[in-house]
Amino acid sequence: MRQLLILSGKGGTGKTTLSSAFIRLSKAKAYADCDVDAPNLHLIMNQLSEPKRSDYYGLPKAEINLDLCVQCDLCRQNCRFNAIQVGTDYKVDYYACEGCGVCETICPASAVSFKRAIAGELRLYVGETVFSTAELKMGNGTSGMLVTNVKKAMKSAIQDIDLAIIDGSPGIGCPVIASLSGVDMVLIVTEPSISGISDMERIIKTAEKFQTKIAVCINKFDTNLGNSEVIEAYCQKFNLPLTGKIPFDLDAVKAINNSQSIVDIDCAAGRATREVFDKTIKILFKEGLTLNLKH
Amino acid sequence: MKIAVLSGKGGTGKTLVSVNLAAVAKESIYIDCDVEEPNGHLYFKPEDIESEEISIKIPFVDETLCHGCRKCTDFCRFNALAYINKLIVFDEVCHSCGGCVLICPEKALAEKEKIIGEVQSGVSEKVTVITGILNTGEASGIPIIKKLLSHLAENKGLSFIDCPPGSACIVMESIKDADYCIFVAEPTLFGVHNLNMVYELVTLFDKPHGVVLNKCLEGENPAEKFCLEKGIKILGKIPFDNELGTLNSNALIAVREEIKYRDMFSSLLQMVTEEVQA
Amino acid sequence: MKIAMPVDDKSMETTVCQSFGRTPYFLIYDTESKESVFLDNSAAASQGGAGIKAAQTIVDNKVSALLTPRCGENAAEVMKATHIQMYKTINDSIKDNIEALNAGNLSLLDEIHAGFHNHGEK
Repeated sequence: MRQLLILSGKGGTGKTTLSSAFIRLSKAKAYADCDVDAPNLHLIMNQLSEPKRSDYYGLPKAEINLDLCVQCDLCRQNCRFNAIQVGTDYKVDYYACEGCGVCETICPASAVSFKRAIAGELRLYVGETVFSTAELKMGNGTSGMLVTNVKKAMKSAIQDIDLAIIDGSPGIGCPVIASLSGVDMVLIVTEPSISGISDMERIIKTAEKFQTKIAVCINKFDTNLGNSEVIEAYCQKFNLPLTGKIPFDLDAVKAINNSQSIVDIDCAAGRATREVFDKTIKILFKEGLTLNLKH
Repeated sequence: MKIAVLSGKGGTGKTLVSVNLAAVAKESIYIDCDVEEPNGHLYFKPEDIESEEISIKIPFVDETLCHGCRKCTDFCRFNALAYINKLIVFDEVCHSCGGCVLICPEKALAEKEKIIGEVQSGVSEKVTVITGILNTGEASGIPIIKKLLSHLAENKGLSFIDCPPGSACIVMESIKDADYCIFVAEPTLFGVHNLNMVYELVTLFDKPHGVVLNKCLEGENPAEKFCLEKGIKILGKIPFDNELGTLNSNALIAVREEIKYRDMFSSLLQMVTEEVQA
Repeated sequence: MKIAMPVDDKSMETTVCQSFGRTPYFLIYDTESKESVFLDNSAAASQGGAGIKAAQTIVDNKVSALLTPRCGENAAEVMKATHIQMYKTINDSIKDNIEALNAGNLSLLDEIHAGFHNHGEK
């Protein structure tokens, strides 16, 4: 099975729009939404069945038993994350606590214990296709671990499949790193803005650390032709395949707002996306292609 | 007055709004908390840049003192330590809690600094521009955000905090000290869905808030509908505007380029100021 | 000699697990006595650093060789510090791999992947 991950660096470039189109075009039997902070893929994939829901427990967090607490202040003094709040009582700030265990170890009164808390929900749709997604409860951390669980859930439900498509998240941090691991190819969807280019460079640097094929495509390319050319030149310089350019298309926006993928209707963006898809898939399934990145 | 600008969904216009509001104000501070993909500095092109490296503490062992008791490897909840004839530390999994150093009976562990990014401060006309940058390959920018916000600690003036996308703890960290939150919403299905998530975050932390509707087109606006339903104050509407989009994609500050944008953002700033003071 | 393999279930008929760090169980097999022991992999439930913890388990069980389809860079770093040889499994049958090892047909694992890096971040 080959896994294709769609990333961008910058938010709002069109990852989910493209992922949903790719899923339709490839009739992929397995796909996942790893943007656990702001999942959107399900809004297009329109699953009719109920998913299998499971609670996602993040880090166990510390809790202070007020009956045992002697207010010695050692926990607060040694907490690197400012997670111990002092009012009339000592209390752990759930959101700041990283679950390191220092307070538990240092407490002379054994007043600290660890409790798991529900930090989100995993949803697995299994039918003719397998769709794995999740939502992190806002304010929580450990999105990286949740991403890994989303991928694991998808893999556990599939049998003989040749292609899985993974919709990623913006940024370059932990959830992106977690989504990158083990995939065969990353398609970076960029937009022709200075911000988009800067962010694209950073996500490429991040992706390079993993041994995966990397390709780039430009979405909304006609909103700034000058910047599009800059991106093309960049790809040429660093030997990154450019799998296509997609025009800005209000019909595409309409389709998405109607919960349809852009290849479900006839529009310019949809047509261009088909070409991007073809070129991307060719690279994904081509054996022994190594990309030389002259960074 | 600390104003955080967030959105949930990426690409709705947080940087557009925060950069332009900061630029149109008489004097302000612009803080870029999107440390994974900072963009504000591309618009401001600040001068007189002072850079400060941000590091976290990582343990290292004095092998002459280590007896292999493994109290540290047993303690570490992040599996950052392994003992194979000697202690091995895995930097990138370490959370810098300092626990292993505390727990070592032989005092064999000490800490060294590991650089994860930097904070750059500069000026662009009347705006102090403070940018957080996370080094690629590093997992978490939280320590950088903490440093960024500490720059505001004694400040009584107007500051704009450009937040990262999403609604996870990195966003929460960015809005922690804010007096007011501006949501920037786009009129799309995805935009509204993610707006809801970030709206929940903001109400959880009891932050006064309002919305700027961006990229407004003709017809029904799902984001506007959401705001009306939830009773969220609409601070202003920015129409979908090719000229504005082009200026923005070239990293130009609209209020410094065209009077009409200067006027538009001035009105918005006035609206925001009135709301915050209310 | 004692060897270790990540496996999906506690039986000799089960398959080799595709992940090392998060395998549910390890098979510890003695090629001479033909005894097999199955260990629960406590690392599987970790939020991060699973490969490190799994490698520590292998080391603590004093095996001479690890047979695995893949290995992340953190686990590899742990293994590097030991004398344990890492071999790449040829398929997902436990028996086939043991036979191949005995016949000297297994090659060393040299592709180390970047790992999952999914430590519970803030």
